[in-house]
Amino acid sequence: MEAPLEALVVENLSKQFGGLNALHEVSFRVDPGERLAIIGPNGAGKTTLFQILSGMVAPSSGRILAFGKDITKWAAHRRAALGIGRTFQITNLFLKLTVLDNLLLAMEASGLARYNLFRPVSSYKHLHSQAENILKQSGMWDRRDIPVRSLSYGEQRQLEIILTLSQNRSLLLLDEPTCGLSPEEARGFVSIIRSFPRDYTVLLIDHDMDVTFEIAEKVLVLHFGRVLAFGSPEEVKGNSQVQEIYMGRDDESS
Amino acid sequence: MKNSMQFLGMAILAAFLVLLPLLLPSFYTGLLSLILIFAIFAMSLDILQGYTGLPSLGHAAFLGTAAYVVGVLNVKVFKGCCFGVELVSGIFSAAVVAALLGLIVLRSREVYLLMILMASSMMLWGIAFKWRSLAGGDDGLPGISRPHFSLIAWDLAGTTHFYYFVLLFFSIAAILMYLVVHSSFGHTLLGIRESETRMQSLGYNVWLQKYIAFIVAAMFAGLSGVLLAYYNGFVSPTELHLVTSAEGLIMVILGGAGTLIGPAIGAGIILLVKNFVSCYTEHWMIILGAIYIFTVMFAPQGIYRLFKQLLQKWRPLWKPS
Repeated sequence: MEAPLEALVVENLSKQFGGLNALHEVSFRVDPGERLAIIGPNGAGKTTLFQILSGMVAPSSGRILAFGKDITKWAAHRRAALGIGRTFQITNLFLKLTVLDNLLLAMEASGLARYNLFRPVSSYKHLHSQAENILKQSGMWDRRDIPVRSLSYGEQRQLEIILTLSQNRSLLLLDEPTCGLSPEEARGFVSIIRSFPRDYTVLLIDHDMDVTFEIAEKVLVLHFGRVLAFGSPEEVKGNSQVQEIYMGRDDESS
Repeated sequence: MKNSMQFLGMAILAAFLVLLPLLLPSFYTGLLSLILIFAIFAMSLDILQGYTGLPSLGHAAFLGTAAYVVGVLNVKVFKGCCFGVELVSGIFSAAVVAALLGLIVLRSREVYLLMILMASSMMLWGIAFKWRSLAGGDDGLPGISRPHFSLIAWDLAGTTHFYYFVLLFFSIAAILMYLVVHSSFGHTLLGIRESETRMQSLGYNVWLQKYIAFIVAAMFAGLSGVLLAYYNGFVSPTELHLVTSAEGLIMVILGGAGTLIGPAIGAGIILLVKNFVSCYTEHWMIILGAIYIFTVMFAPQGIYRLFKQLLQKWRPLWKPS
Protein backbone atom coordinates (compact mmCIF):
# COMPACT_ATOMS: atom_id res chain seq x y z
CA MET A 1 0.00 0.00 0.00
CA GLU A 2 1.08 3.51 -0.78
CA ALA A 3 0.70 6.31 1.69
CA PRO A 4 -3.05 6.51 2.34
CA LEU A 5 -4.73 9.17 0.27
CA GLU A 6 -7.64 11.08 1.63
CA ALA A 7 -10.89 9.48 0.52
CA LEU A 8 -12.28 12.91 -0.14
CA VAL A 9 -10.86 16.41 -0.31
CA VAL A 10 -13.16 19.36 -0.81
CA GLU A 11 -11.52 22.72 -1.51
CA ASN A 12 -13.28 26.09 -1.49
CA LEU A 13 -16.49 24.65 -2.86
CA SER A 14 -19.14 27.27 -3.65
CA LYS A 15 -22.55 27.09 -5.24
CA GLN A 16 -24.80 29.98 -6.10
CA PHE A 17 -28.42 29.55 -7.10
CA GLY A 18 -29.08 32.98 -8.57
CA GLY A 19 -28.26 35.38 -5.77
CA LEU A 20 -28.40 32.72 -3.08
CA ASN A 21 -25.13 31.35 -1.75
CA ALA A 22 -26.15 27.75 -1.09
CA LEU A 23 -22.52 26.88 -0.35
CA HIS A 24 -19.69 29.31 0.27
CA GLU A 25 -16.01 28.36 0.29
CA VAL A 26 -16.57 24.99 1.93
CA SER A 27 -13.39 22.99 2.56
CA PHE A 28 -12.83 19.75 4.46
CA ARG A 29 -11.03 16.42 4.24
CA VAL A 30 -12.12 12.88 4.97
CA ASP A 31 -9.68 10.04 5.66
CA PRO A 32 -10.37 6.54 4.33
CA GLY A 33 -12.62 4.62 6.67
CA GLU A 34 -13.73 7.70 8.55
CA ARG A 35 -17.34 8.45 9.50
CA LEU A 36 -18.19 12.09 8.99
CA ALA A 37 -21.53 13.56 9.93
CA ILE A 38 -22.72 16.75 8.30
CA ILE A 39 -25.20 18.70 10.37
CA GLY A 40 -26.81 22.09 10.20
CA PRO A 41 -30.22 23.74 10.26
CA ASN A 42 -32.59 23.38 7.31
CA GLY A 43 -31.28 25.24 4.29
CA ALA A 44 -27.68 25.05 5.48
CA GLY A 45 -26.61 23.43 2.19
CA LYS A 46 -26.19 19.83 3.31
CA THR A 47 -28.14 18.22 0.50
CA THR A 48 -26.67 20.66 -2.03
CA LEU A 49 -23.25 19.47 -0.90
CA PHE A 50 -24.26 15.85 -1.54
CA GLN A 51 -25.75 16.76 -4.92
CA ILE A 52 -22.42 18.30 -5.89
CA LEU A 53 -20.31 15.47 -4.49
CA SER A 54 -22.36 12.85 -6.33
CA GLY A 55 -22.25 14.80 -9.60
CA MET A 56 -25.92 15.69 -9.90
CA VAL A 57 -25.25 19.43 -9.64
CA ALA A 58 -22.17 21.30 -10.86
CA PRO A 59 -20.42 23.60 -8.36
CA SER A 60 -19.96 27.31 -9.16
CA SER A 61 -16.33 27.11 -8.08
CA GLY A 62 -13.99 24.97 -6.05
CA ARG A 63 -12.45 21.55 -6.39
CA ILE A 64 -13.29 18.00 -5.34
CA LEU A 65 -10.78 15.17 -5.13
CA ALA A 66 -11.84 11.60 -4.44
CA PHE A 67 -9.15 8.97 -3.85
CA GLY A 68 -6.59 11.41 -5.24
CA LYS A 69 -8.46 12.09 -8.49
CA ASP A 70 -9.88 15.48 -9.41
CA ILE A 71 -13.54 14.63 -10.07
CA THR A 72 -14.89 18.19 -10.09
CA LYS A 73 -16.07 17.94 -13.70
CA TRP A 74 -16.94 14.23 -13.78
CA ALA A 75 -20.45 13.04 -14.65
CA ALA A 76 -22.40 11.21 -11.94
CA HIS A 77 -21.97 7.74 -13.45
CA ARG A 78 -18.16 8.08 -13.60
CA ARG A 79 -18.05 9.06 -9.94
CA ALA A 80 -20.13 6.01 -9.10
CA ALA A 81 -17.73 3.81 -11.05
CA LEU A 82 -14.84 5.35 -9.09
CA GLY A 83 -16.51 4.26 -5.86
CA ILE A 84 -18.97 6.91 -4.73
CA GLY A 85 -22.39 5.59 -3.80
CA ARG A 86 -25.27 7.60 -2.42
CA THR A 87 -28.72 7.26 -0.96
CA PHE A 88 -31.46 9.84 -1.30
CA GLN A 89 -33.25 11.86 1.34
CA ILE A 90 -36.49 11.48 -0.57
CA THR A 91 -36.80 7.80 -1.42
CA ASN A 92 -35.60 7.34 -4.98
CA LEU A 93 -36.33 3.81 -6.16
CA PHE A 94 -37.78 2.15 -9.26
CA LEU A 95 -41.32 2.17 -7.93
CA LYS A 96 -43.08 0.02 -10.51
CA LEU A 97 -40.39 -2.66 -10.49
CA THR A 98 -40.13 -5.45 -7.95
CA VAL A 99 -37.71 -5.52 -5.03
CA LEU A 100 -35.59 -8.10 -6.83
CA ASP A 101 -35.53 -6.07 -10.06
CA ASN A 102 -34.48 -2.98 -8.12
CA LEU A 103 -31.57 -4.85 -6.62
CA LEU A 104 -30.61 -6.45 -9.94
CA LEU A 105 -30.45 -3.00 -11.53
CA ALA A 106 -28.01 -1.93 -8.84
CA MET A 107 -25.88 -5.00 -9.49
CA GLU A 108 -25.95 -4.75 -13.29
CA ALA A 109 -24.50 -1.24 -13.11
CA SER A 110 -20.98 -2.49 -13.51
CA GLY A 111 -20.10 -5.10 -16.10
CA LEU A 112 -21.31 -5.62 -19.63
CA ALA A 113 -24.82 -6.92 -18.88
CA ARG A 114 -26.18 -3.41 -19.26
CA TYR A 115 -25.22 -3.41 -22.94
CA ASN A 116 -26.49 -6.90 -23.80
CA LEU A 117 -29.49 -6.45 -26.08
CA PHE A 118 -30.61 -10.06 -26.30
CA ARG A 119 -29.69 -11.97 -23.16
CA PRO A 120 -32.61 -12.11 -20.70
CA VAL A 121 -32.13 -10.72 -17.19
CA SER A 122 -33.11 -14.05 -15.68
CA SER A 123 -30.12 -15.81 -17.28
CA TYR A 124 -27.53 -13.97 -15.17
CA LYS A 125 -27.29 -16.65 -12.50
CA HIS A 126 -24.43 -15.16 -10.50
CA LEU A 127 -26.27 -11.84 -10.13
CA HIS A 128 -29.38 -13.67 -9.01
CA SER A 129 -27.56 -15.71 -6.39
CA GLN A 130 -25.83 -12.58 -5.05
CA ALA A 131 -29.16 -10.78 -4.93
CA GLU A 132 -30.71 -13.74 -3.15
CA ASN A 133 -27.96 -13.63 -0.50
CA ILE A 134 -28.36 -9.92 0.08
CA LEU A 135 -32.15 -10.10 0.32
CA LYS A 136 -32.05 -13.08 2.67
CA GLN A 137 -29.56 -11.33 4.95
CA SER A 138 -31.73 -8.26 5.13
CA GLY A 139 -34.93 -10.24 5.59
CA MET A 140 -36.53 -9.01 2.36
CA TRP A 141 -36.35 -12.24 0.37
CA ASP A 142 -40.04 -12.97 0.95
CA ARG A 143 -40.85 -9.56 -0.47
CA ARG A 144 -38.79 -9.98 -3.63
CA ASP A 145 -41.67 -10.09 -6.12
CA ILE A 146 -43.57 -7.15 -4.69
CA PRO A 147 -43.45 -3.85 -6.59
CA VAL A 148 -41.49 -1.34 -4.54
CA ARG A 149 -44.39 1.12 -4.45
CA SER A 150 -46.37 -1.44 -2.41
CA LEU A 151 -43.69 -1.72 0.27
CA SER A 152 -44.06 0.04 3.60
CA TYR A 153 -42.13 3.27 4.00
CA GLY A 154 -39.66 1.64 6.39
CA GLU A 155 -38.97 -1.15 3.89
CA GLN A 156 -38.43 1.40 1.14
CA ARG A 157 -35.88 3.22 3.29
CA GLN A 158 -34.19 -0.09 3.95
CA LEU A 159 -34.06 -0.92 0.23
CA GLU A 160 -32.73 2.56 -0.44
CA ILE A 161 -29.63 1.60 1.58
CA ILE A 162 -29.46 -1.99 0.34
CA LEU A 163 -29.21 -0.85 -3.28
CA THR A 164 -26.28 1.39 -2.50
CA LEU A 165 -24.52 -1.14 -0.27
CA SER A 166 -24.92 -3.97 -2.79
CA GLN A 167 -22.56 -2.15 -5.13
CA ASN A 168 -19.60 -2.20 -2.72
CA ARG A 169 -18.82 1.45 -3.30
CA SER A 170 -16.11 2.61 -0.92
CA LEU A 171 -17.33 6.18 -0.29
CA LEU A 172 -20.94 6.33 0.84
CA LEU A 173 -23.05 9.47 0.95
CA LEU A 174 -26.06 8.75 3.16
CA ASP A 175 -28.63 11.53 2.94
CA GLU A 176 -30.90 11.28 6.00
CA PRO A 177 -31.21 7.49 6.01
CA THR A 178 -33.43 7.58 9.11
CA CYS A 179 -35.69 10.34 7.80
CA GLY A 180 -39.30 9.56 8.68
CA LEU A 181 -38.55 6.34 10.55
CA SER A 182 -39.75 5.38 14.01
CA PRO A 183 -37.12 5.44 16.80
CA GLU A 184 -36.90 1.63 16.76
CA GLU A 185 -36.35 1.55 13.01
CA ALA A 186 -33.76 4.30 13.35
CA ARG A 187 -31.94 2.20 15.98
CA GLY A 188 -31.77 -0.61 13.43
CA PHE A 189 -30.15 1.71 10.93
CA VAL A 190 -27.60 2.93 13.40
CA SER A 191 -26.48 -0.60 14.10
CA ILE A 192 -26.31 -1.37 10.37
CA ILE A 193 -24.17 1.67 9.71
CA ARG A 194 -21.98 0.99 12.74
CA SER A 195 -21.40 -2.53 11.46
CA PHE A 196 -19.97 -1.30 8.13
CA PRO A 197 -16.44 -2.57 7.59
CA ARG A 198 -13.62 -0.04 7.70
CA ASP A 199 -13.15 -0.15 3.92
CA TYR A 200 -16.17 2.08 3.74
CA THR A 201 -15.84 5.80 4.20
CA VAL A 202 -19.17 7.24 5.26
CA LEU A 203 -20.58 10.75 4.96
CA LEU A 204 -23.87 11.05 6.79
CA ILE A 205 -26.52 13.73 6.92
CA ASP A 206 -29.05 13.24 9.68
CA HIS A 207 -31.32 15.48 11.68
CA ASP A 208 -31.43 13.06 14.58
CA MET A 209 -28.62 14.16 16.91
CA ASP A 210 -28.56 10.81 18.75
CA VAL A 211 -28.01 8.99 15.46
CA THR A 212 -25.42 11.51 14.37
CA PHE A 213 -23.30 11.45 17.50
CA GLU A 214 -23.49 7.69 17.81
CA ILE A 215 -22.01 7.16 14.36
CA ALA A 216 -19.80 10.15 13.71
CA GLU A 217 -16.10 10.37 14.41
CA LYS A 218 -15.99 13.83 12.94
CA VAL A 219 -18.68 16.42 12.53
CA LEU A 220 -18.98 19.19 9.96
CA VAL A 221 -21.43 21.93 10.87
CA LEU A 222 -22.85 23.97 8.00
CA HIS A 223 -24.73 27.20 8.56
CA PHE A 224 -26.07 29.25 5.64
CA GLY A 225 -23.67 27.49 3.30
CA ARG A 226 -20.55 28.12 5.38
CA VAL A 227 -18.52 25.80 7.54
CA LEU A 228 -19.24 26.81 11.12
CA ALA A 229 -17.26 24.07 12.81
CA PHE A 230 -15.32 20.97 11.80
CA GLY A 231 -13.87 18.53 14.30
CA SER A 232 -14.51 15.69 16.69
CA PRO A 233 -18.02 15.39 18.18
CA GLU A 234 -16.76 16.71 21.53
CA GLU A 235 -15.13 19.75 19.93
CA VAL A 236 -18.26 20.51 17.98
CA LYS A 237 -20.53 20.08 20.99
CA GLY A 238 -18.31 22.46 22.94
CA ASN A 239 -18.29 25.10 20.20
CA SER A 240 -20.14 28.17 21.42
CA GLN A 241 -21.46 29.18 17.99
CA VAL A 242 -22.85 25.70 17.43
CA GLN A 243 -24.52 25.80 20.83
CA GLU A 244 -26.04 29.13 19.98
CA ILE A 245 -27.55 27.81 16.73
CA TYR A 246 -28.77 24.53 18.13
CA MET A 247 -29.92 25.59 21.58
CA GLY A 248 -30.01 29.31 21.87
CA ARG A 249 -32.17 30.39 18.97
CA ASP A 250 -35.44 29.52 17.34
CA ASP A 251 -34.22 27.79 14.13
CA GLU A 252 -33.80 24.46 15.81
CA SER A 253 -33.25 21.33 13.79
CA SER A 254 -35.38 18.22 13.19
CA MET B 1 -48.94 -21.88 -15.77
CA LYS B 2 -48.83 -18.27 -16.74
CA ASN B 3 -46.07 -18.91 -19.26
CA SER B 4 -47.83 -21.86 -20.85
CA MET B 5 -50.97 -19.73 -21.17
CA GLN B 6 -48.95 -17.03 -22.86
CA PHE B 7 -47.32 -19.57 -25.15
CA LEU B 8 -50.72 -20.99 -26.07
CA GLY B 9 -52.03 -17.50 -26.79
CA MET B 10 -49.07 -16.76 -29.03
CA ALA B 11 -49.44 -20.06 -30.89
CA ILE B 12 -53.13 -19.36 -31.54
CA LEU B 13 -52.30 -15.85 -32.70
CA ALA B 14 -49.59 -17.15 -35.04
CA ALA B 15 -51.86 -19.82 -36.53
CA PHE B 16 -54.56 -17.17 -36.92
CA LEU B 17 -52.20 -14.82 -38.78
CA VAL B 18 -51.01 -17.62 -41.06
CA LEU B 19 -54.49 -18.91 -41.91
CA LEU B 20 -56.34 -15.63 -42.14
CA PRO B 21 -55.58 -14.85 -45.84
CA LEU B 22 -57.22 -18.15 -46.79
CA LEU B 23 -60.49 -16.96 -45.28
CA LEU B 24 -60.44 -13.27 -46.16
CA PRO B 25 -61.11 -11.47 -49.43
CA SER B 26 -57.91 -10.06 -50.86
CA PHE B 27 -58.85 -6.49 -49.92
CA TYR B 28 -58.70 -7.42 -46.25
CA THR B 29 -55.51 -9.40 -46.72
CA GLY B 30 -53.96 -6.21 -48.08
CA LEU B 31 -55.25 -4.25 -45.11
CA LEU B 32 -53.84 -6.88 -42.78
CA SER B 33 -50.41 -6.41 -44.39
CA LEU B 34 -50.66 -2.70 -43.68
CA ILE B 35 -51.66 -3.42 -40.07
CA LEU B 36 -48.61 -5.65 -39.56
CA ILE B 37 -46.35 -2.95 -41.05
CA PHE B 38 -47.72 -0.33 -38.68
CA ALA B 39 -47.62 -2.82 -35.82
CA ILE B 40 -43.83 -2.96 -36.27
CA PHE B 41 -43.79 0.83 -36.30
CA ALA B 42 -45.90 1.15 -33.14
CA MET B 43 -43.95 -1.54 -31.30
CA SER B 44 -40.66 0.20 -32.10
CA LEU B 45 -42.09 3.45 -30.75
CA ASP B 46 -43.15 1.55 -27.62
CA ILE B 47 -39.50 0.72 -26.90
CA LEU B 48 -39.02 4.48 -26.47
CA GLN B 49 -42.39 5.57 -25.10
CA GLY B 50 -43.39 2.62 -22.94
CA TYR B 51 -40.10 1.08 -21.88
CA THR B 52 -37.63 3.98 -21.73
CA GLY B 53 -40.09 6.79 -20.99
CA LEU B 54 -39.05 8.86 -24.02
CA PRO B 55 -42.14 10.32 -25.68
CA SER B 56 -41.82 11.09 -29.38
CA LEU B 57 -43.93 12.89 -31.93
CA GLY B 58 -41.24 12.43 -34.56
CA HIS B 59 -40.97 8.69 -34.95
CA ALA B 60 -42.14 8.96 -38.57
CA ALA B 61 -38.71 10.45 -39.35
CA PHE B 62 -37.23 6.94 -39.27
CA LEU B 63 -40.08 5.26 -41.13
CA GLY B 64 -40.06 7.97 -43.79
CA THR B 65 -36.29 8.10 -44.23
CA ALA B 66 -36.11 4.35 -44.78
CA ALA B 67 -39.08 4.47 -47.18
CA TYR B 68 -37.44 7.23 -49.21
CA VAL B 69 -34.09 5.45 -49.33
CA VAL B 70 -35.83 2.33 -50.64
CA GLY B 71 -37.82 4.45 -53.08
CA VAL B 72 -34.80 6.24 -54.52
CA LEU B 73 -32.71 3.08 -54.75
CA ASN B 74 -35.56 1.08 -56.24
CA VAL B 75 -36.75 3.62 -58.80
CA LYS B 76 -33.58 5.50 -59.72
CA VAL B 77 -30.66 3.16 -59.06
CA PHE B 78 -31.40 -0.55 -59.15
CA LYS B 79 -34.70 -0.58 -61.03
CA GLY B 80 -36.01 -3.11 -58.56
CA CYS B 81 -33.30 -5.73 -58.76
CA CYS B 82 -31.75 -5.79 -55.32
CA PHE B 83 -34.07 -6.34 -52.41
CA GLY B 84 -31.33 -7.21 -49.91
CA VAL B 85 -29.43 -3.99 -50.57
CA GLU B 86 -32.59 -1.92 -50.34
CA LEU B 87 -33.63 -3.55 -47.06
CA VAL B 88 -30.25 -3.04 -45.43
CA SER B 89 -29.87 0.51 -46.77
CA GLY B 90 -33.34 1.45 -45.53
CA ILE B 91 -32.74 0.18 -42.00
CA PHE B 92 -29.22 1.59 -41.93
CA SER B 93 -30.37 5.05 -43.05
CA ALA B 94 -32.93 5.13 -40.23
CA ALA B 95 -30.15 4.19 -37.79
CA VAL B 96 -27.93 6.98 -39.13
CA VAL B 97 -30.68 9.58 -38.79
CA ALA B 98 -31.29 8.42 -35.21
CA ALA B 99 -27.58 8.42 -34.40
CA LEU B 100 -27.20 12.03 -35.60
CA LEU B 101 -30.48 13.25 -34.12
CA GLY B 102 -29.86 11.46 -30.83
CA LEU B 103 -26.60 13.35 -30.30
CA ILE B 104 -28.58 16.58 -30.20
CA VAL B 105 -32.01 15.81 -28.79
CA LEU B 106 -31.50 13.22 -26.06
CA ARG B 107 -30.36 15.81 -23.54
CA SER B 108 -33.91 17.07 -23.30
CA ARG B 109 -36.77 15.06 -21.91
CA GLU B 110 -40.52 14.78 -21.56
CA VAL B 111 -42.56 17.33 -23.46
CA TYR B 112 -39.45 19.15 -24.71
CA LEU B 113 -38.13 15.97 -26.26
CA LEU B 114 -41.55 15.34 -27.80
CA MET B 115 -41.54 18.78 -29.44
CA ILE B 116 -37.92 18.69 -30.62
CA LEU B 117 -38.45 15.32 -32.26
CA MET B 118 -41.61 16.61 -33.90
CA ALA B 119 -39.72 19.61 -35.28
CA SER B 120 -36.87 17.41 -36.51
CA SER B 121 -39.15 15.05 -38.39
CA MET B 122 -41.06 17.96 -39.91
CA MET B 123 -37.74 19.33 -41.18
CA LEU B 124 -37.19 16.05 -43.01
CA TRP B 125 -40.76 16.32 -44.26
CA GLY B 126 -39.94 19.80 -45.59
CA ILE B 127 -36.86 18.50 -47.40
CA ALA B 128 -38.81 15.66 -49.03
CA PHE B 129 -41.61 18.06 -49.93
CA LYS B 130 -39.28 20.48 -51.73
CA TRP B 131 -36.64 18.21 -53.21
CA ARG B 132 -38.27 17.51 -56.54
CA SER B 133 -35.26 16.16 -58.45
CA LEU B 134 -34.41 13.34 -56.06
CA ALA B 135 -37.47 12.69 -53.89
CA GLY B 136 -40.20 13.79 -56.29
CA GLY B 137 -41.31 16.70 -54.11
CA ASP B 138 -44.93 16.77 -53.04
CA ASP B 139 -45.85 14.24 -55.76
CA GLY B 140 -43.74 11.66 -54.03
CA LEU B 141 -41.86 8.88 -55.76
CA PRO B 142 -44.06 6.42 -57.68
CA GLY B 143 -43.15 3.18 -59.41
CA ILE B 144 -41.51 1.19 -56.62
CA SER B 145 -41.58 -2.45 -57.66
CA ARG B 146 -41.96 -5.19 -55.09
CA PRO B 147 -39.17 -7.72 -54.80
CA HIS B 148 -39.50 -10.97 -56.69
CA PHE B 149 -37.62 -14.10 -55.78
CA SER B 150 -37.43 -16.08 -59.02
CA LEU B 151 -35.53 -18.98 -57.42
CA ILE B 152 -38.46 -20.01 -55.26
CA ALA B 153 -41.10 -18.57 -57.55
CA TRP B 154 -42.26 -16.12 -54.92
CA ASP B 155 -43.97 -13.24 -56.67
CA LEU B 156 -44.82 -10.50 -54.23
CA ALA B 157 -47.04 -8.59 -56.66
CA GLY B 158 -49.88 -10.81 -55.46
CA THR B 159 -51.63 -9.66 -52.30
CA THR B 160 -51.44 -12.98 -50.51
CA HIS B 161 -47.78 -13.57 -51.29
CA PHE B 162 -46.94 -10.08 -50.18
CA TYR B 163 -48.87 -10.64 -46.95
CA TYR B 164 -46.72 -13.66 -46.08
CA PHE B 165 -43.61 -11.67 -46.93
CA VAL B 166 -44.70 -8.97 -44.45
CA LEU B 167 -45.73 -11.58 -41.89
CA LEU B 168 -42.23 -13.09 -42.07
CA PHE B 169 -40.58 -9.75 -41.30
CA PHE B 170 -43.18 -8.91 -38.68
CA SER B 171 -42.46 -12.18 -36.87
CA ILE B 172 -38.70 -11.64 -36.94
CA ALA B 173 -39.06 -8.03 -35.77
CA ALA B 174 -41.55 -8.93 -33.03
CA ILE B 175 -39.29 -11.68 -31.66
CA LEU B 176 -36.23 -9.42 -31.75
CA MET B 177 -38.06 -6.57 -30.00
CA TYR B 178 -39.41 -9.00 -27.41
CA LEU B 179 -35.85 -10.14 -26.72
CA VAL B 180 -34.60 -6.54 -26.48
CA VAL B 181 -37.19 -5.40 -23.94
CA HIS B 182 -36.64 -8.51 -21.82
CA SER B 183 -32.84 -8.36 -22.03
CA SER B 184 -30.55 -6.97 -19.35
CA PHE B 185 -30.27 -3.88 -21.57
CA GLY B 186 -34.07 -3.63 -21.68
CA HIS B 187 -34.05 -3.90 -17.89
CA THR B 188 -31.90 -0.76 -17.66
CA LEU B 189 -34.44 1.05 -19.87
CA LEU B 190 -37.15 0.33 -17.28
CA GLY B 191 -34.84 1.75 -14.63
CA ILE B 192 -34.40 4.92 -16.65
CA ARG B 193 -38.15 5.22 -17.08
CA GLU B 194 -38.66 4.91 -13.32
CA SER B 195 -35.81 7.12 -12.08
CA GLU B 196 -33.01 8.65 -14.11
CA THR B 197 -31.26 10.16 -11.09
CA ARG B 198 -31.14 6.83 -9.30
CA MET B 199 -29.72 5.18 -12.41
CA GLN B 200 -27.01 7.85 -12.62
CA SER B 201 -26.01 7.47 -9.02
CA LEU B 202 -25.93 3.68 -9.42
CA GLY B 203 -23.31 4.26 -12.11
CA TYR B 204 -25.23 4.09 -15.38
CA ASN B 205 -24.41 6.39 -18.25
CA VAL B 206 -28.09 7.13 -18.76
CA TRP B 207 -27.48 9.11 -21.92
CA LEU B 208 -25.71 6.20 -23.58
CA GLN B 209 -28.44 3.71 -22.67
CA LYS B 210 -31.05 6.07 -24.13
CA TYR B 211 -28.94 6.62 -27.23
CA ILE B 212 -28.68 2.90 -27.91
CA ALA B 213 -32.44 2.47 -27.35
CA PHE B 214 -33.13 5.38 -29.70
CA ILE B 215 -31.06 3.84 -32.51
CA VAL B 216 -32.49 0.34 -32.00
CA ALA B 217 -36.06 1.67 -32.08
CA ALA B 218 -35.25 3.69 -35.20
CA MET B 219 -33.97 0.59 -36.99
CA PHE B 220 -37.24 -1.27 -36.42
CA ALA B 221 -39.18 1.81 -37.53
CA GLY B 222 -36.90 1.79 -40.58
CA LEU B 223 -37.93 -1.79 -41.32
CA SER B 224 -41.59 -0.76 -41.24
CA GLY B 225 -40.70 2.06 -43.67
CA VAL B 226 -39.04 -0.38 -46.08
CA LEU B 227 -42.10 -2.63 -46.07
CA LEU B 228 -44.45 0.33 -46.42
CA ALA B 229 -42.61 1.54 -49.52
CA TYR B 230 -43.16 -1.86 -51.19
CA TYR B 231 -46.73 -2.05 -49.94
CA ASN B 232 -47.74 1.30 -51.42
CA GLY B 233 -45.51 1.14 -54.48
CA PHE B 234 -44.71 4.80 -53.91
CA VAL B 235 -43.33 7.10 -51.23
CA SER B 236 -44.78 10.48 -50.39
CA PRO B 237 -43.93 13.16 -47.81
CA THR B 238 -46.90 11.89 -45.75
CA GLU B 239 -44.62 9.09 -44.54
CA LEU B 240 -42.51 11.72 -42.74
CA HIS B 241 -45.41 13.85 -41.54
CA LEU B 242 -46.46 14.65 -38.00
CA VAL B 243 -49.76 12.87 -38.62
CA THR B 244 -47.95 9.56 -39.16
CA SER B 245 -45.98 10.07 -35.93
CA ALA B 246 -49.14 11.01 -34.05
CA GLU B 247 -51.01 7.95 -35.33
CA GLY B 248 -48.10 5.82 -34.13
CA LEU B 249 -48.20 7.42 -30.70
CA ILE B 250 -51.97 6.90 -30.43
CA MET B 251 -51.55 3.24 -31.45
CA VAL B 252 -49.09 2.87 -28.56
CA ILE B 253 -51.28 4.63 -25.99
CA LEU B 254 -54.50 2.97 -27.15
CA GLY B 255 -52.97 -0.52 -27.07
CA GLY B 256 -51.01 0.05 -23.87
CA ALA B 257 -47.54 1.57 -23.59
CA GLY B 258 -44.90 -0.75 -22.21
CA THR B 259 -46.57 -4.00 -23.29
CA LEU B 260 -45.16 -4.36 -26.84
CA ILE B 261 -48.14 -6.46 -27.96
CA GLY B 262 -50.57 -3.68 -26.99
CA PRO B 263 -49.27 -1.23 -29.61
CA ALA B 264 -49.62 -3.96 -32.27
CA ILE B 265 -53.27 -4.33 -31.25
CA GLY B 266 -53.56 -0.54 -31.28
CA ALA B 267 -52.25 -0.49 -34.85
CA GLY B 268 -54.92 -3.00 -35.85
CA ILE B 269 -57.76 -1.04 -34.28
CA ILE B 270 -56.65 2.35 -35.61
CA LEU B 271 -56.20 1.11 -39.17
CA LEU B 272 -59.45 -0.86 -39.20
CA VAL B 273 -61.42 2.11 -37.91
CA LYS B 274 -59.61 4.48 -40.26
CA ASN B 275 -60.45 2.23 -43.19
CA PHE B 276 -64.06 1.91 -42.19
CA VAL B 277 -64.56 5.58 -41.41
CA SER B 278 -62.95 6.78 -44.63
CA CYS B 279 -65.77 5.10 -46.57
CA TYR B 280 -68.18 7.59 -45.05
CA THR B 281 -66.29 10.77 -44.28
CA GLU B 282 -63.05 12.57 -45.00
CA HIS B 283 -62.80 13.81 -41.44
CA TRP B 284 -60.81 10.86 -40.13
CA MET B 285 -58.86 13.06 -37.72
CA ILE B 286 -62.01 13.87 -35.75
CA ILE B 287 -62.60 10.18 -35.13
CA LEU B 288 -58.94 9.72 -34.25
CA GLY B 289 -59.22 12.49 -31.69
CA ALA B 290 -62.36 10.91 -30.26
CA ILE B 291 -60.61 7.54 -29.95
CA TYR B 292 -57.76 9.26 -28.15
CA ILE B 293 -60.04 10.99 -25.66
CA PHE B 294 -62.00 7.77 -25.14
CA THR B 295 -58.79 5.87 -24.41
CA VAL B 296 -57.46 8.42 -21.95
CA MET B 297 -60.79 8.49 -20.10
CA PHE B 298 -61.71 4.81 -19.99
CA ALA B 299 -58.54 2.80 -20.60
CA PRO B 300 -55.57 5.00 -19.69
CA GLN B 301 -53.49 1.85 -19.24
CA GLY B 302 -54.40 0.72 -22.74
CA ILE B 303 -56.69 -1.90 -24.18
CA TYR B 304 -54.31 -4.81 -23.66
CA ARG B 305 -54.10 -4.29 -19.88
CA LEU B 306 -57.85 -3.67 -19.68
CA PHE B 307 -58.38 -6.96 -21.49
CA LYS B 308 -56.08 -8.77 -19.08
CA GLN B 309 -57.85 -7.29 -16.06
CA LEU B 310 -61.25 -8.34 -17.40
CA LEU B 311 -59.92 -11.82 -18.09
CA GLN B 312 -58.78 -12.15 -14.48
CA LYS B 313 -62.11 -10.87 -13.24
CA TRP B 314 -64.13 -13.29 -15.34
CA ARG B 315 -61.94 -16.33 -14.96
CA PRO B 316 -63.76 -17.63 -11.83
CA LEU B 317 -67.02 -17.53 -13.77
CA TRP B 318 -66.05 -20.21 -16.25
CA LYS B 319 -63.38 -22.02 -14.31
CA PRO B 320 -64.18 -22.76 -10.69
CA SER B 321 -61.31 -22.83 -8.14
